[in-house]
Amino acid sequence: MHSKYIIVGSSHAALEAATAIRLIDAEGALTLLTRDAHPPYSPTILPYLVSGRARPDKVALRGPDYFRDNAIAFVPGAAVAALDPALSSLRLESGETWRYDRLLIATGAAPALPPVRGLADVPFHVLRSMDDAADLRQAIGQARSAIVLGAGLIGMHAAENMAKAGVAVSVVELQPHVLSGYFEPKASEIIEATFARNGVRLLLGQSLADVERQGEGCLATLADGKTIAADLLLVCTGVKPNIGFLDGSGIEVDSGILVDDWMRSNLPNIWAAGDVAQARGFWGGKIVNGILPNAVEQGRIAGLGMAGDAGVKPFPGAVLLNTYSFFGQQAISVGHGRAGDGFEIAESGGEDVYRRIVLKDGQLAGIATINDFVDAGIMWQLILRRTDLSPVKAAFIADPRRVGRQLMSQIWR
Amino acid sequence: MGKCFSTLQFHASRCDGCGDCMTACALAKADTGDPAYSRIRILPKADSNGVELALCRQCADPICVMNCPSGALSKNSDSGVIDWAEGQCVNCLLCTAGCAYAGIVYEDAVGHVTKCDLCGGDPACVKACPSEALEYRTASRIFNAYADKEDMFCRGLAACHGCNSELLIRHTMRMVGPDSVVAAPPGCIPGMGTVGYNGQTGAKVPIFHSLLTNTATMLAGVKMQYNRVGREVTAIALAGDGGTSDAGFQSVSGAAERNDPILFICVDNEGYMNTGMQSSGVTPYGSWTSTTPVGGRMQGKPTEAKNLPVIMAMHNCSYVATASTAFLEDYYAKLEKAIEVAKTGMAYLHVYAPCPTGWRFPSAMTTQVCRMQVRTNFIALWEYDPGNGLRFTHPVNRPEPVAEYLKLVGKYRHLSEAQVAHIQHTVDAKIVYLRQLTQLAASRGP
Repeated sequence: MHSKYIIVGSSHAALEAATAIRLIDAEGALTLLTRDAHPPYSPTILPYLVSGRARPDKVALRGPDYFRDNAIAFVPGAAVAALDPALSSLRLESGETWRYDRLLIATGAAPALPPVRGLADVPFHVLRSMDDAADLRQAIGQARSAIVLGAGLIGMHAAENMAKAGVAVSVVELQPHVLSGYFEPKASEIIEATFARNGVRLLLGQSLADVERQGEGCLATLADGKTIAADLLLVCTGVKPNIGFLDGSGIEVDSGILVDDWMRSNLPNIWAAGDVAQARGFWGGKIVNGILPNAVEQGRIAGLGMAGDAGVKPFPGAVLLNTYSFFGQQAISVGHGRAGDGFEIAESGGEDVYRRIVLKDGQLAGIATINDFVDAGIMWQLILRRTDLSPVKAAFIADPRRVGRQLMSQIWR
Repeated sequence: MGKCFSTLQFHASRCDGCGDCMTACALAKADTGDPAYSRIRILPKADSNGVELALCRQCADPICVMNCPSGALSKNSDSGVIDWAEGQCVNCLLCTAGCAYAGIVYEDAVGHVTKCDLCGGDPACVKACPSEALEYRTASRIFNAYADKEDMFCRGLAACHGCNSELLIRHTMRMVGPDSVVAAPPGCIPGMGTVGYNGQTGAKVPIFHSLLTNTATMLAGVKMQYNRVGREVTAIALAGDGGTSDAGFQSVSGAAERNDPILFICVDNEGYMNTGMQSSGVTPYGSWTSTTPVGGRMQGKPTEAKNLPVIMAMHNCSYVATASTAFLEDYYAKLEKAIEVAKTGMAYLHVYAPCPTGWRFPSAMTTQVCRMQVRTNFIALWEYDPGNGLRFTHPVNRPEPVAEYLKLVGKYRHLSEAQVAHIQHTVDAKIVYLRQLTQLAASRGP
């Protein structure tokens, strides 16, 4: 089989790349190969499928009409086994071979399993695919107790769902605080208090030494020797890019596929975008920034480049960003919260409200809030544009939402 | 062709920040006057005087939609609105990370994200705005209706840079369509190549180069012949103001009096612009032209322009209207009527065509000059038919001073304050006169 454009993957980066290609090239054969058997969906929706807030038949990001109208061949259930860049070809696990002129790798990431003794021998869940979500939803319905390993976004979402379903949940996290990738300790404490109030047991600064099967469930032993028995074990200790099938292909990888500012890999005619790509970080280095808006942006850039758009702008660099709802409350984080030389920190808040603004050289470096809505898109733009906030600094610190809106509505005109 | 959509336009310079739009929005969307519920936000500027607007732009490449993991947001291909499906939204707020304009935001009081939906095409904020700072622009329907229609003129017409006559005739003939015959007396329109060069034509429909003096009668005769052989065509004249108001007037007047079934369009650039910018009967007072120079004895044209469209209305022919290319929706509505009317009687359209070459203004300013003609009431947009009399189609109740228009145009550069005051007086008097005509129509009753 041959297709001018082949995109491996079917989530945000892949779909935006396909849309971008069709903006420039309405006719070149375009094929999406994806391991998943389902219509395209977002990994971000999975916790909501677990909770039942979203329904599996209502979360498709594109329907058959879209693929038909845009002349895109969507091939589900097509897992790629190997890449041969010399022949510009892909071999599927089914043995089928596809040849491409231009290839985008947007295979995303898979759960990274921690080195816990006995983990391979006990039944446990992960949450990265729609099938995972269905399994977990069913398991929660039958469980009375659960262990969530890892207090990142997926783990915290899942723990909340379990608590709401009446399951006794223990969250085990190696770091001293939850969501430490996004929030400073004070903010995390507000989130932790909310979870504790809702009956979730948080075992922070703890690691799992050993698990063993106990009946239908498991018995976990913490590093400090304590044991917890649970009907259900959910492992969400982060993800790792899906790059196994690239072994021996000559493509440069570090944590993910190394790409330049146009999402090009070191090999000709091969691009990478989304959670599988390791691209420029806004503040230096090359990072895998596994967040949805990042995948959207990178997918677009890759797609435009693949279609030969002369006007494509380079990737400005990855900024950490997230919006997180928990028990009806909102946490937002854009940029970084680090302190240090030359950083100016403005922190305020109360029992369940929090705001931290980090400025450097008069520019925004990061903002994190809890129950204090700020427009993440505006904050992101202020960072990316390196907007000089010095003339309005005091006002911005006092009311970042209002001043951010004022500034952006002024800047765009 | 793609599709265009209606949109909200914000004129920051007219907004006084009263906030009535926000109250109206909150009332329409949440049945409360609390502006926290408003989806439109007027904000004072951060570092200077004035206001800005935070509102959903209904983007063509909406990042909010791309960022939505649940399929709750989508671009509506009929209305162009970014639709939000409450049932599918999981309140993850990732859409807000995609918007640089605070067009989709979360409010604690509301409990979910909200965004402008243009009230289904009838925005409450626009109706509530007391200073005309918000406008709902629907010109997109012109594009949607006519962009796919064939252009009846060939490429490469040699109009001057910035000329709106070419724009006008291409728009016009797109709507009139192929079943038509065009008369073009001497003037800029034939001069730019519509009647062709070297035995080739510039139009895709029959077009003939009449004399300045006989356009209307010749066209009426051609139309009569088409009627005789049983072919329905639109007989249309694309004439200048010279070919209409001066040398051409007796035949135009005669056709109007007989109510001949033709569509006569006068493209008024206030003089003989393609022969060296001589003055015509409709050149306004004070204008510099090559025959009304500025010097020791004369300060531009010493006499007033005759009000040609009103004179045409006084003939009681079937339809008379004025138009400006800065207000194309208005023009399209009138052209539609005129085409229909011209099947049985005479329709006369008087379209103003500011001339960058002859009036001495930069070619990029044509549409702005057209717009200011209307905003200052230098010209009024109206229509007339014998049954309903005269009515304004775009009344300007708070006109800007006419000096704001005059200063854009080089042919008025020499004007003294007294001359400007004189022109302002003439403009005011003309509007009073037209208003009296509208009242006459109203008092006549059904």
